[in-house]
Amino acid sequence: MESGVDNTPLSSQAEGNNIQTPSQMVAAFEREHPEWVSSTVTAYGEITVIVPREHIAEACTFLKTWPEGRFDFLADLCGADRGVEEEPRFEVNYHLFSTTKHHRIRLKVLLNEDDPHVPTVTGVWRTANWHERETYDLFGVIFDGHPDLRRILLPEDWQGHALRKDFPLRGYEPYSLK
Amino acid sequence: MSTAANIPPQFEIVDRPLDTQMTISMGPQHPSTHGVLRLELVLDGEMVIKATPDIGYLHTGMEKLFEYKKYQQGIVITDRMDYLNPLGNNLAYVMAAEKLLALEIPERAQTIRVLMCELQRIASHLVWLGTHALDIGAMTVFFYCFREREKILNIIEAASGGRLTPSYFRIGGLMMDLPSGFERRVNQFLEKFPKSLDEFHTLLSGNKIFQKRTQGVGRISAEDAIDWGLSGPCLRGSGVNLDIRRANPYSSYEQYDFEVPTEPDGDVWSRYMVRMREMRESHKIVQQALSRLKPGPVKADAPKVVLPDREAMKKHMDALIHHFLIVTEGFDVPAGEVYFPIEASKGELGVYMKSDGGPKPSRVHFRGPSFVNLSALPQMSEGEMVADIVAVIGSLDIVLGEIDR
Repeated sequence: MESGVDNTPLSSQAEGNNIQTPSQMVAAFEREHPEWVSSTVTAYGEITVIVPREHIAEACTFLKTWPEGRFDFLADLCGADRGVEEEPRFEVNYHLFSTTKHHRIRLKVLLNEDDPHVPTVTGVWRTANWHERETYDLFGVIFDGHPDLRRILLPEDWQGHALRKDFPLRGYEPYSLK
Repeated sequence: MSTAANIPPQFEIVDRPLDTQMTISMGPQHPSTHGVLRLELVLDGEMVIKATPDIGYLHTGMEKLFEYKKYQQGIVITDRMDYLNPLGNNLAYVMAAEKLLALEIPERAQTIRVLMCELQRIASHLVWLGTHALDIGAMTVFFYCFREREKILNIIEAASGGRLTPSYFRIGGLMMDLPSGFERRVNQFLEKFPKSLDEFHTLLSGNKIFQKRTQGVGRISAEDAIDWGLSGPCLRGSGVNLDIRRANPYSSYEQYDFEVPTEPDGDVWSRYMVRMREMRESHKIVQQALSRLKPGPVKADAPKVVLPDREAMKKHMDALIHHFLIVTEGFDVPAGEVYFPIEASKGELGVYMKSDGGPKPSRVHFRGPSFVNLSALPQMSEGEMVADIVAVIGSLDIVLGEIDR
Protein backbone atom coordinates (compact mmCIF):
# COMPACT_ATOMS: atom_id res chain seq x y z
CA MET A 1 0.00 0.00 0.00
CA GLU A 2 1.63 3.22 -1.13
CA SER A 3 0.05 5.37 1.52
CA GLY A 4 1.18 3.46 4.55
CA VAL A 5 -2.34 3.84 5.88
CA ASP A 6 -3.67 0.64 7.38
CA ASN A 7 -7.01 -0.51 6.01
CA THR A 8 -7.73 -3.40 8.33
CA PRO A 9 -10.97 -3.13 10.30
CA LEU A 10 -11.25 -2.22 13.95
CA SER A 11 -11.70 -5.76 15.26
CA SER A 12 -8.41 -7.10 13.89
CA GLN A 13 -6.42 -4.08 15.09
CA ALA A 14 -7.76 -4.11 18.59
CA GLU A 15 -6.14 -7.42 19.49
CA GLY A 16 -4.14 -7.18 22.63
CA ASN A 17 -6.64 -5.01 24.47
CA ASN A 18 -10.25 -5.60 25.30
CA ILE A 19 -11.81 -2.87 23.12
CA GLN A 20 -13.74 -4.60 20.36
CA THR A 21 -16.88 -2.63 19.62
CA PRO A 22 -17.61 1.08 19.24
CA SER A 23 -19.71 1.07 22.41
CA GLN A 24 -16.78 -0.35 24.40
CA MET A 25 -14.61 2.36 22.95
CA VAL A 26 -17.01 5.06 24.11
CA ALA A 27 -17.17 3.45 27.55
CA ALA A 28 -13.38 3.58 27.71
CA PHE A 29 -13.47 7.23 26.66
CA GLU A 30 -15.98 7.97 29.41
CA ARG A 31 -13.85 6.16 32.00
CA GLU A 32 -10.83 8.19 31.02
CA HIS A 33 -12.51 11.61 31.02
CA PRO A 34 -15.85 11.42 32.83
CA GLU A 35 -16.11 15.22 33.04
CA TRP A 36 -16.16 15.50 29.24
CA VAL A 37 -19.19 13.25 28.79
CA SER A 38 -22.63 14.48 29.84
CA SER A 39 -24.40 11.48 28.34
CA THR A 40 -24.17 8.96 25.52
CA VAL A 41 -26.94 7.91 23.17
CA THR A 42 -26.77 4.92 20.85
CA ALA A 43 -29.44 4.90 18.17
CA TYR A 44 -29.63 3.64 14.58
CA GLY A 45 -26.18 2.15 15.00
CA GLU A 46 -24.62 5.55 15.65
CA ILE A 47 -23.09 6.79 18.86
CA THR A 48 -23.73 10.30 20.07
CA VAL A 49 -21.70 11.75 22.93
CA ILE A 50 -23.04 14.94 24.44
CA VAL A 51 -20.11 17.05 25.55
CA PRO A 52 -20.26 20.16 27.80
CA ARG A 53 -19.38 23.06 25.56
CA GLU A 54 -16.35 24.23 27.53
CA HIS A 55 -14.67 20.84 26.96
CA ILE A 56 -15.40 20.34 23.26
CA ALA A 57 -12.02 21.54 21.95
CA GLU A 58 -10.13 19.46 24.53
CA ALA A 59 -12.26 16.40 23.79
CA CYS A 60 -11.64 16.77 20.06
CA THR A 61 -7.90 17.18 20.56
CA PHE A 62 -7.85 14.08 22.72
CA LEU A 63 -9.96 11.96 20.35
CA LYS A 64 -7.82 12.95 17.37
CA THR A 65 -4.76 11.16 18.71
CA TRP A 66 -6.28 8.72 21.20
CA PRO A 67 -4.92 5.27 20.19
CA GLU A 68 -8.31 3.55 20.65
CA GLY A 69 -10.14 6.08 18.51
CA ARG A 70 -7.79 7.90 16.14
CA PHE A 71 -10.56 10.20 14.97
CA ASP A 72 -8.26 12.20 12.73
CA PHE A 73 -10.88 13.31 10.23
CA LEU A 74 -13.65 15.83 10.90
CA ALA A 75 -16.22 14.64 8.39
CA ASP A 76 -18.83 17.24 9.15
CA LEU A 77 -19.80 19.96 11.55
CA CYS A 78 -23.33 21.30 11.46
CA GLY A 79 -25.79 23.14 13.61
CA ALA A 80 -29.42 22.43 14.28
CA ASP A 81 -32.30 24.35 15.81
CA ARG A 82 -34.40 22.18 18.10
CA GLY A 83 -37.30 24.63 18.07
CA VAL A 84 -38.12 28.10 19.34
CA GLU A 85 -39.66 26.78 22.57
CA GLU A 86 -36.87 24.34 23.37
CA GLU A 87 -34.19 25.07 25.90
CA PRO A 88 -31.31 24.47 25.19
CA ARG A 89 -32.33 25.54 21.73
CA PHE A 90 -29.30 24.97 19.52
CA GLU A 91 -27.04 22.04 19.00
CA VAL A 92 -23.75 21.71 17.16
CA ASN A 93 -22.91 18.26 15.80
CA TYR A 94 -19.36 17.12 15.17
CA HIS A 95 -19.15 14.02 12.98
CA LEU A 96 -15.75 12.44 13.53
CA PHE A 97 -14.28 9.69 11.40
CA SER A 98 -11.12 7.66 11.63
CA THR A 99 -9.23 7.24 8.37
CA THR A 100 -7.41 4.22 9.78
CA LYS A 101 -10.07 2.45 11.84
CA HIS A 102 -13.03 3.54 9.71
CA HIS A 103 -15.44 4.12 12.57
CA ARG A 104 -17.53 7.17 13.33
CA ILE A 105 -18.75 9.06 16.34
CA ARG A 106 -20.91 12.10 16.79
CA LEU A 107 -20.14 14.71 19.42
CA LYS A 108 -22.93 17.08 20.31
CA VAL A 109 -22.88 20.39 22.12
CA LEU A 110 -26.11 21.93 23.40
CA LEU A 111 -26.39 25.70 23.55
CA ASN A 112 -28.89 28.10 25.10
CA GLU A 113 -30.46 30.76 22.94
CA ASP A 114 -29.20 33.69 25.03
CA ASP A 115 -25.61 32.47 25.09
CA PRO A 116 -24.81 30.63 21.83
CA HIS A 117 -21.03 30.54 22.34
CA VAL A 118 -18.84 27.49 21.82
CA PRO A 119 -15.04 27.19 21.58
CA THR A 120 -13.73 26.71 18.06
CA VAL A 121 -12.10 23.49 16.88
CA THR A 122 -10.22 25.15 14.01
CA GLY A 123 -7.06 24.57 16.04
CA VAL A 124 -7.70 20.83 15.92
CA TRP A 125 -8.75 20.48 12.28
CA ARG A 126 -8.35 23.27 9.76
CA THR A 127 -11.36 21.97 7.86
CA ALA A 128 -13.57 23.19 10.72
CA ASN A 129 -13.01 26.75 9.51
CA TRP A 130 -15.67 26.83 6.80
CA HIS A 131 -18.06 24.53 8.64
CA GLU A 132 -18.04 26.87 11.63
CA ARG A 133 -18.50 29.90 9.41
CA GLU A 134 -21.51 28.23 7.83
CA THR A 135 -23.01 27.36 11.21
CA TYR A 136 -22.46 30.94 12.38
CA ASP A 137 -24.02 32.28 9.20
CA LEU A 138 -27.14 30.15 9.29
CA PHE A 139 -27.73 29.70 13.04
CA GLY A 140 -25.89 32.54 14.75
CA VAL A 141 -23.76 30.20 16.83
CA ILE A 142 -20.58 32.05 17.80
CA PHE A 143 -17.36 30.06 17.77
CA ASP A 144 -15.00 31.70 20.26
CA GLY A 145 -11.44 31.90 18.99
CA HIS A 146 -12.29 31.36 15.33
CA PRO A 147 -9.72 33.20 13.18
CA ASP A 148 -12.16 34.52 10.57
CA LEU A 149 -15.77 34.31 11.72
CA ARG A 150 -17.61 35.96 8.81
CA ARG A 151 -20.75 35.01 6.94
CA ILE A 152 -19.98 32.57 4.17
CA LEU A 153 -23.11 31.77 2.16
CA LEU A 154 -25.30 34.83 2.74
CA PRO A 155 -24.31 38.45 2.03
CA GLU A 156 -22.42 40.34 4.72
CA ASP A 157 -25.31 42.72 5.39
CA TRP A 158 -27.92 40.00 5.77
CA GLN A 159 -30.16 40.41 8.81
CA GLY A 160 -30.85 37.39 10.98
CA HIS A 161 -29.87 33.75 10.69
CA ALA A 162 -31.73 31.92 7.98
CA LEU A 163 -31.90 28.35 9.27
CA ARG A 164 -33.39 29.30 12.63
CA LYS A 165 -36.91 27.95 12.98
CA ASP A 166 -38.38 31.41 13.56
CA PHE A 167 -36.88 32.77 10.34
CA PRO A 168 -39.62 32.71 7.68
CA LEU A 169 -39.02 30.60 4.58
CA ARG A 170 -39.26 33.57 2.24
CA GLY A 171 -37.42 36.02 4.48
CA TYR A 172 -38.77 39.22 5.91
CA GLU A 173 -38.73 41.42 2.83
CA PRO A 174 -37.41 41.19 -0.70
CA TYR A 175 -33.67 41.41 -0.42
CA SER A 176 -31.92 43.89 -2.67
CA LEU A 177 -28.31 44.83 -3.03
CA LYS A 178 -29.30 48.59 -3.03
CA MET B 1 8.07 74.94 -15.14
CA SER B 2 5.41 77.47 -16.00
CA THR B 3 3.22 74.80 -17.66
CA ALA B 4 3.63 72.33 -14.80
CA ALA B 5 2.15 74.83 -12.39
CA ASN B 6 -1.13 74.79 -14.37
CA ILE B 7 -1.67 71.01 -14.06
CA PRO B 8 -4.20 70.11 -11.36
CA PRO B 9 -2.57 67.90 -8.69
CA GLN B 10 -4.64 64.77 -9.54
CA PHE B 11 -3.21 64.73 -13.06
CA GLU B 12 0.37 65.17 -12.02
CA ILE B 13 2.58 62.32 -13.10
CA VAL B 14 4.11 60.86 -10.00
CA ASP B 15 7.26 58.88 -10.44
CA ARG B 16 7.05 56.16 -7.84
CA PRO B 17 7.89 52.45 -8.05
CA LEU B 18 5.05 50.01 -8.70
CA ASP B 19 3.52 48.32 -5.70
CA THR B 20 4.86 44.83 -5.68
CA GLN B 21 1.61 43.38 -4.37
CA MET B 22 -1.66 43.60 -6.16
CA THR B 23 -5.10 42.32 -5.21
CA ILE B 24 -7.31 41.10 -8.02
CA SER B 25 -10.70 39.51 -8.11
CA MET B 26 -10.93 36.34 -10.18
CA GLY B 27 -14.55 35.56 -10.96
CA PRO B 28 -17.46 35.26 -10.31
CA GLN B 29 -17.83 35.32 -14.10
CA HIS B 30 -14.54 33.65 -14.87
CA PRO B 31 -15.08 30.61 -17.12
CA SER B 32 -12.58 28.40 -15.36
CA THR B 33 -14.08 28.80 -11.90
CA HIS B 34 -16.77 26.27 -12.87
CA GLY B 35 -19.75 28.31 -11.91
CA VAL B 36 -19.96 31.41 -9.81
CA LEU B 37 -16.91 31.28 -7.60
CA ARG B 38 -14.93 34.40 -6.80
CA LEU B 39 -11.32 34.24 -5.72
CA GLU B 40 -9.61 37.17 -4.10
CA LEU B 41 -6.00 36.82 -5.12
CA VAL B 42 -3.10 38.76 -3.67
CA LEU B 43 -0.37 38.64 -6.27
CA ASP B 44 3.31 39.42 -6.29
CA GLY B 45 4.01 39.68 -9.97
CA GLU B 46 2.49 36.49 -11.23
CA MET B 47 2.85 34.57 -8.01
CA VAL B 48 -0.09 34.03 -5.69
CA ILE B 49 0.63 35.18 -2.13
CA LYS B 50 -2.85 34.63 -0.79
CA ALA B 51 -6.01 33.17 -2.24
CA THR B 52 -9.37 33.61 -0.54
CA PRO B 53 -12.39 31.87 -2.06
CA ASP B 54 -15.65 33.78 -1.84
CA ILE B 55 -18.74 31.62 -2.22
CA GLY B 56 -22.48 31.97 -1.80
CA TYR B 57 -23.46 33.40 -5.18
CA LEU B 58 -25.58 30.32 -5.87
CA HIS B 59 -27.10 30.00 -2.41
CA THR B 60 -30.75 28.97 -2.75
CA GLY B 61 -31.60 27.93 0.79
CA MET B 62 -32.11 24.26 -0.05
CA GLU B 63 -31.47 23.11 3.52
CA LYS B 64 -34.23 25.46 4.69
CA LEU B 65 -36.54 24.18 1.96
CA PHE B 66 -36.16 20.57 3.13
CA GLU B 67 -37.77 21.50 6.44
CA TYR B 68 -40.90 22.64 4.61
CA LYS B 69 -41.21 19.62 2.31
CA LYS B 70 -42.27 16.06 3.03
CA TYR B 71 -39.56 13.43 2.94
CA GLN B 72 -40.47 12.19 -0.53
CA GLN B 73 -40.65 15.74 -1.89
CA GLY B 74 -37.09 16.44 -0.74
CA ILE B 75 -35.64 14.02 -3.29
CA VAL B 76 -36.12 16.44 -6.18
CA ILE B 77 -34.23 19.16 -4.28
CA THR B 78 -31.19 16.90 -3.98
CA ASP B 79 -30.95 16.58 -7.78
CA ARG B 80 -30.14 20.26 -7.97
CA MET B 81 -27.23 20.26 -5.54
CA ASP B 82 -24.40 18.44 -7.28
CA TYR B 83 -25.99 18.53 -10.70
CA LEU B 84 -23.26 16.38 -12.23
CA ASN B 85 -23.92 13.56 -9.81
CA PRO B 86 -27.66 13.76 -9.04
CA LEU B 87 -28.11 10.02 -8.52
CA GLY B 88 -25.45 10.08 -5.81
CA ASN B 89 -27.33 12.85 -4.04
CA ASN B 90 -30.60 10.93 -4.37
CA LEU B 91 -28.93 7.87 -2.92
CA ALA B 92 -27.48 9.63 0.12
CA TYR B 93 -30.78 11.32 0.90
CA VAL B 94 -33.04 8.29 0.49
CA MET B 95 -30.65 6.01 2.38
CA ALA B 96 -30.56 8.41 5.31
CA ALA B 97 -34.36 8.36 5.42
CA GLU B 98 -34.37 4.57 5.02
CA LYS B 99 -32.00 4.27 7.94
CA LEU B 100 -34.43 6.22 10.12
CA LEU B 101 -37.33 4.10 8.86
CA ALA B 102 -35.33 0.84 9.18
CA LEU B 103 -36.43 -0.26 5.70
CA GLU B 104 -35.09 -3.39 4.05
CA ILE B 105 -34.32 -2.70 0.40
CA PRO B 106 -34.74 -5.59 -2.09
CA GLU B 107 -31.58 -6.94 -3.67
CA ARG B 108 -32.55 -5.97 -7.22
CA ALA B 109 -33.11 -2.37 -6.16
CA GLN B 110 -29.71 -2.27 -4.44
CA THR B 111 -27.98 -3.67 -7.53
CA ILE B 112 -29.70 -1.15 -9.81
CA ARG B 113 -28.70 1.65 -7.44
CA VAL B 114 -25.06 0.59 -7.64
CA LEU B 115 -25.25 0.26 -11.41
CA MET B 116 -26.79 3.70 -11.91
CA CYS B 117 -24.49 5.39 -9.41
CA GLU B 118 -21.38 4.03 -11.09
CA LEU B 119 -22.63 5.12 -14.53
CA GLN B 120 -23.26 8.54 -13.00
CA ARG B 121 -19.76 8.56 -11.53
CA ILE B 122 -18.29 7.97 -14.99
CA ALA B 123 -20.49 10.76 -16.40
CA SER B 124 -19.40 13.13 -13.64
CA HIS B 125 -15.73 12.30 -14.16
CA LEU B 126 -16.15 12.85 -17.91
CA VAL B 127 -17.43 16.39 -17.34
CA TRP B 128 -14.51 16.97 -14.98
CA LEU B 129 -12.02 15.62 -17.55
CA GLY B 130 -13.43 17.67 -20.40
CA THR B 131 -13.56 20.96 -18.50
CA HIS B 132 -10.25 20.40 -16.73
CA ALA B 133 -8.49 19.81 -20.04
CA LEU B 134 -10.31 22.77 -21.56
CA ASP B 135 -9.10 25.04 -18.74
CA ILE B 136 -5.54 23.96 -19.35
CA GLY B 137 -5.89 24.51 -23.08
CA ALA B 138 -6.68 21.13 -24.61
CA MET B 139 -9.95 21.69 -26.36
CA THR B 140 -10.38 18.40 -28.25
CA VAL B 141 -10.83 16.27 -25.14
CA PHE B 142 -13.94 18.22 -24.21
CA PHE B 143 -15.84 17.07 -27.31
CA TYR B 144 -14.92 13.41 -26.89
CA CYS B 145 -15.85 13.48 -23.19
CA PHE B 146 -19.25 15.00 -23.84
CA ARG B 147 -19.89 12.48 -26.61
CA GLU B 148 -19.40 9.64 -24.13
CA ARG B 149 -21.33 11.41 -21.40
CA GLU B 150 -24.28 11.82 -23.74
CA LYS B 151 -24.52 8.03 -24.02
CA ILE B 152 -24.70 7.71 -20.23
CA LEU B 153 -27.29 10.47 -19.97
CA ASN B 154 -29.38 8.62 -22.56
CA ILE B 155 -29.19 5.47 -20.44
CA ILE B 156 -30.23 7.41 -17.34
CA GLU B 157 -33.04 9.03 -19.29
CA ALA B 158 -34.27 5.63 -20.47
CA ALA B 159 -34.55 4.45 -16.87
CA SER B 160 -35.83 7.55 -15.11
CA GLY B 161 -37.17 9.97 -17.72
CA GLY B 162 -34.75 12.70 -16.68
CA ARG B 163 -31.27 13.44 -17.95
CA LEU B 164 -29.88 15.79 -15.36
CA THR B 165 -32.56 15.55 -12.68
CA PRO B 166 -33.50 11.87 -12.58
CA SER B 167 -34.92 11.53 -9.00
CA TYR B 168 -34.81 7.83 -9.77
CA PHE B 169 -34.22 6.53 -6.26
CA ARG B 170 -37.16 6.77 -3.91
CA ILE B 171 -37.46 6.09 -0.21
CA GLY B 172 -37.91 2.31 -0.12
CA GLY B 173 -36.53 1.49 -3.55
CA LEU B 174 -36.77 2.89 -7.05
CA MET B 175 -39.26 4.96 -8.97
CA MET B 176 -39.90 1.96 -11.25
CA ASP B 177 -38.11 -1.06 -12.65
CA LEU B 178 -35.68 -0.79 -15.56
CA PRO B 179 -37.25 -0.56 -19.03
CA SER B 180 -36.97 -3.47 -21.45
CA GLY B 181 -33.78 -3.45 -23.49
CA PHE B 182 -31.92 -1.55 -20.77
CA GLU B 183 -29.21 -4.16 -20.34
CA ARG B 184 -28.52 -4.17 -24.08
CA ARG B 185 -28.04 -0.38 -24.04
CA VAL B 186 -25.67 -0.53 -21.07
CA ASN B 187 -23.73 -3.34 -22.69
CA GLN B 188 -23.37 -1.29 -25.87
CA PHE B 189 -21.87 1.52 -23.84
CA LEU B 190 -19.63 -0.78 -21.82
CA GLU B 191 -18.18 -2.37 -24.94
CA LYS B 192 -17.03 0.92 -26.43
CA PHE B 193 -16.03 2.78 -23.28
CA PRO B 194 -12.58 1.26 -22.57
CA LYS B 195 -11.53 2.25 -26.08
CA SER B 196 -12.65 5.83 -25.45
CA LEU B 197 -10.72 5.88 -22.18
CA ASP B 198 -7.61 4.84 -24.10
CA GLU B 199 -8.29 7.74 -26.46
CA PHE B 200 -8.38 10.18 -23.55
CA HIS B 201 -5.08 8.79 -22.31
CA THR B 202 -3.59 9.22 -25.78
CA LEU B 203 -4.80 12.80 -25.92
CA LEU B 204 -3.64 13.87 -22.45
CA SER B 205 -1.48 11.48 -20.43
CA GLY B 206 1.36 11.41 -22.92
CA ASN B 207 1.03 15.09 -23.77
CA LYS B 208 4.16 16.99 -22.69
CA ILE B 209 2.29 20.28 -22.26
CA PHE B 210 -0.36 18.68 -20.08
CA GLN B 211 2.31 16.98 -17.97
CA LYS B 212 4.21 20.24 -17.47
CA ARG B 213 1.04 22.05 -16.47
CA THR B 214 0.00 19.45 -13.90
CA GLN B 215 3.00 17.64 -12.43
CA GLY B 216 4.21 19.20 -9.20
CA VAL B 217 1.45 21.82 -9.24
CA GLY B 218 -0.91 22.35 -6.32
CA ARG B 219 0.73 19.89 -3.98
CA ILE B 220 -0.88 18.82 -0.72
CA SER B 221 0.55 16.21 1.62
CA ALA B 222 -1.44 13.31 3.06
CA GLU B 223 -1.43 14.83 6.58
CA ASP B 224 -2.62 18.20 5.29
CA ALA B 225 -5.26 16.55 3.13
CA ILE B 226 -6.73 14.74 6.14
CA ASP B 227 -6.49 17.88 8.26
CA TRP B 228 -8.36 19.86 5.62
CA GLY B 229 -11.00 17.14 5.35
CA LEU B 230 -10.37 16.36 1.70
CA SER B 231 -12.15 13.28 0.47
CA GLY B 232 -12.64 11.26 -2.67
CA PRO B 233 -10.14 11.49 -5.53
CA CYS B 234 -8.50 14.57 -3.95
CA LEU B 235 -7.61 12.58 -0.84
CA ARG B 236 -6.59 9.47 -2.78
CA GLY B 237 -4.43 11.68 -4.98
CA SER B 238 -2.39 12.37 -1.85
CA GLY B 239 -1.80 8.69 -1.28
CA VAL B 240 -4.46 8.00 1.35
CA ASN B 241 -6.28 4.80 0.59
CA LEU B 242 -9.77 5.74 1.73
CA ASP B 243 -13.01 5.03 -0.04
CA ILE B 244 -16.36 5.06 1.77
CA ARG B 245 -17.50 2.22 -0.48
CA ARG B 246 -14.84 0.13 1.24
CA ALA B 247 -14.63 1.76 4.66
CA ASN B 248 -18.37 1.92 5.44
CA PRO B 249 -20.02 -0.12 2.66
CA TYR B 250 -23.61 0.66 1.73
CA SER B 251 -26.02 -0.76 -0.85
CA SER B 252 -24.04 -4.07 -0.90
CA TYR B 253 -20.81 -2.50 -2.20
CA GLU B 254 -18.87 -4.99 -0.10
CA GLN B 255 -19.88 -7.71 -2.60
CA TYR B 256 -18.21 -6.02 -5.57
CA ASP B 257 -14.67 -6.55 -6.67
CA PHE B 258 -12.89 -3.30 -7.45
CA GLU B 259 -9.67 -1.51 -6.65
CA VAL B 260 -9.27 1.82 -4.90
CA PRO B 261 -6.70 3.72 -6.99
CA THR B 262 -4.27 5.97 -5.14
CA GLU B 263 -1.40 8.14 -6.33
CA PRO B 264 1.36 9.28 -4.01
CA ASP B 265 2.30 12.81 -5.12
CA GLY B 266 -0.69 14.92 -4.12
CA ASP B 267 -0.44 17.22 -7.13
CA VAL B 268 -2.84 17.99 -9.97
CA TRP B 269 -1.42 15.13 -12.01
CA SER B 270 -2.07 12.62 -9.21
CA ARG B 271 -5.68 13.69 -8.86
CA TYR B 272 -6.00 13.40 -12.63
CA MET B 273 -4.59 9.88 -12.67
CA VAL B 274 -6.80 8.77 -9.75
CA ARG B 275 -9.95 9.83 -11.57
CA MET B 276 -8.82 8.28 -14.84
CA ARG B 277 -8.19 4.97 -13.08
CA GLU B 278 -11.45 5.26 -11.15
CA MET B 279 -13.41 5.32 -14.39
CA ARG B 280 -12.01 1.89 -15.24
CA GLU B 281 -13.00 0.60 -11.80
CA SER B 282 -16.51 2.01 -12.20
CA HIS B 283 -16.69 0.28 -15.57
CA LYS B 284 -15.80 -2.97 -13.79
CA ILE B 285 -18.47 -2.40 -11.13
CA VAL B 286 -21.16 -1.72 -13.75
CA GLN B 287 -20.27 -4.98 -15.49
CA GLN B 288 -20.53 -6.89 -12.21
CA ALA B 289 -23.82 -5.19 -11.34
CA LEU B 290 -25.25 -6.15 -14.74
CA SER B 291 -24.33 -9.78 -14.23
CA ARG B 292 -25.92 -9.73 -10.75
CA LEU B 293 -29.27 -8.38 -11.95
CA LYS B 294 -31.90 -10.97 -11.06
CA PRO B 295 -35.65 -10.50 -11.47
CA GLY B 296 -37.39 -9.41 -8.31
CA PRO B 297 -39.15 -6.54 -6.62
CA VAL B 298 -37.59 -3.06 -6.73
CA LYS B 299 -39.62 -1.58 -3.89
CA ALA B 300 -39.55 -2.42 -0.21
CA ASP B 301 -42.54 -4.11 1.35
CA ALA B 302 -43.73 -1.06 3.28
CA PRO B 303 -47.19 -0.02 2.07
CA LYS B 304 -47.31 3.05 4.30
CA VAL B 305 -44.09 4.49 2.83
CA VAL B 306 -43.77 3.20 -0.74
CA LEU B 307 -46.31 4.30 -3.34
CA PRO B 308 -48.41 1.33 -4.58
CA ASP B 309 -48.51 0.16 -8.19
CA ARG B 310 -51.11 1.72 -10.44
CA GLU B 311 -52.68 -1.68 -11.14
CA ALA B 312 -53.00 -2.44 -7.44
CA MET B 313 -54.73 0.89 -6.89
CA LYS B 314 -57.42 -0.05 -9.38
CA LYS B 315 -58.18 -3.34 -7.64
CA HIS B 316 -57.50 -2.88 -3.93
CA MET B 317 -59.07 -0.23 -1.78
CA ASP B 318 -56.24 -0.25 0.80
CA ALA B 319 -53.71 0.48 -1.94
CA LEU B 320 -55.79 3.46 -3.00
CA ILE B 321 -56.03 4.69 0.60
CA HIS B 322 -52.27 4.33 1.11
CA HIS B 323 -51.58 6.22 -2.09
CA PHE B 324 -53.93 9.01 -1.02
CA LEU B 325 -52.39 9.25 2.45
CA ILE B 326 -48.77 9.20 1.24
CA VAL B 327 -49.42 11.92 -1.32
CA THR B 328 -51.56 14.20 0.85
CA GLU B 329 -50.15 13.72 4.36
CA GLY B 330 -46.87 11.94 3.82
CA PHE B 331 -45.58 9.32 6.20
CA ASP B 332 -44.26 9.73 9.71
CA VAL B 333 -40.59 9.00 10.25
CA PRO B 334 -39.47 7.89 13.75
CA ALA B 335 -37.75 10.59 15.77
CA GLY B 336 -33.98 10.48 15.76
CA GLU B 337 -30.93 11.60 13.88
CA VAL B 338 -28.61 9.86 11.43
CA TYR B 339 -25.51 10.76 9.46
CA PHE B 340 -25.26 8.78 6.26
CA PRO B 341 -22.07 9.06 4.20
CA ILE B 342 -21.62 7.75 0.67
CA GLU B 343 -18.75 7.94 -1.77
CA ALA B 344 -20.03 10.38 -4.36
CA SER B 345 -17.99 11.15 -7.46
CA LYS B 346 -16.27 14.04 -5.66
CA GLY B 347 -15.78 12.52 -2.23
CA GLU B 348 -17.65 11.92 0.98
CA LEU B 349 -21.23 13.08 0.59
CA GLY B 350 -22.81 12.91 4.03
CA VAL B 351 -26.43 13.58 4.86
CA TYR B 352 -27.31 14.53 8.40
CA MET B 353 -31.02 14.00 8.86
CA LYS B 354 -32.95 14.78 12.01
CA SER B 355 -36.56 13.82 12.48
CA ASP B 356 -38.95 14.83 15.24
CA GLY B 357 -41.49 12.18 14.29
CA GLY B 358 -43.52 14.02 11.69
CA PRO B 359 -43.81 13.79 7.91
CA LYS B 360 -41.26 16.57 7.38
CA PRO B 361 -37.63 16.47 8.50
CA SER B 362 -36.59 18.77 11.31
CA ARG B 363 -33.14 19.33 9.79
CA VAL B 364 -31.34 18.09 6.71
CA HIS B 365 -27.71 18.99 6.23
CA PHE B 366 -25.61 18.02 3.25
CA ARG B 367 -21.89 17.65 3.80
CA GLY B 368 -20.93 18.38 0.23
CA PRO B 369 -17.49 17.13 -0.77
CA SER B 370 -16.99 20.16 -3.05
CA PHE B 371 -17.55 22.56 -0.14
CA VAL B 372 -14.82 20.98 1.95
CA ASN B 373 -12.43 20.37 -0.95
CA LEU B 374 -12.68 24.00 -2.03
CA SER B 375 -11.85 25.23 1.47
CA ALA B 376 -8.39 23.68 1.04
CA LEU B 377 -7.72 25.68 -2.13
CA PRO B 378 -5.57 28.33 -0.36
CA GLN B 379 -3.34 25.57 1.01
CA MET B 380 -2.75 24.19 -2.49
CA SER B 381 -2.49 27.40 -4.47
CA GLU B 382 -0.40 29.77 -2.39
CA GLY B 383 3.03 30.09 -3.94
CA GLU B 384 1.83 29.01 -7.37
CA MET B 385 1.40 31.04 -10.55
CA VAL B 386 -1.96 32.56 -11.50
CA ALA B 387 -2.30 30.24 -14.47
CA ASP B 388 -1.79 27.26 -12.17
CA ILE B 389 -4.75 28.30 -10.01
CA VAL B 390 -6.92 27.34 -12.96
CA ALA B 391 -5.33 23.89 -13.05
CA VAL B 392 -5.75 23.46 -9.28
CA ILE B 393 -9.44 24.44 -9.33
CA GLY B 394 -10.00 22.04 -12.20
CA SER B 395 -8.32 19.22 -10.31
CA LEU B 396 -10.58 19.74 -7.26
CA ASP B 397 -13.65 19.06 -9.44
CA ILE B 398 -15.97 21.46 -7.64
CA VAL B 399 -19.63 22.02 -8.35
CA LEU B 400 -20.91 25.31 -7.01
CA GLY B 401 -24.48 24.05 -6.78
CA GLU B 402 -23.35 21.77 -4.00
CA ILE B 403 -21.06 24.28 -2.31
CA ASP B 404 -23.67 27.00 -1.96
CA ARG B 405 -26.74 24.76 -1.69
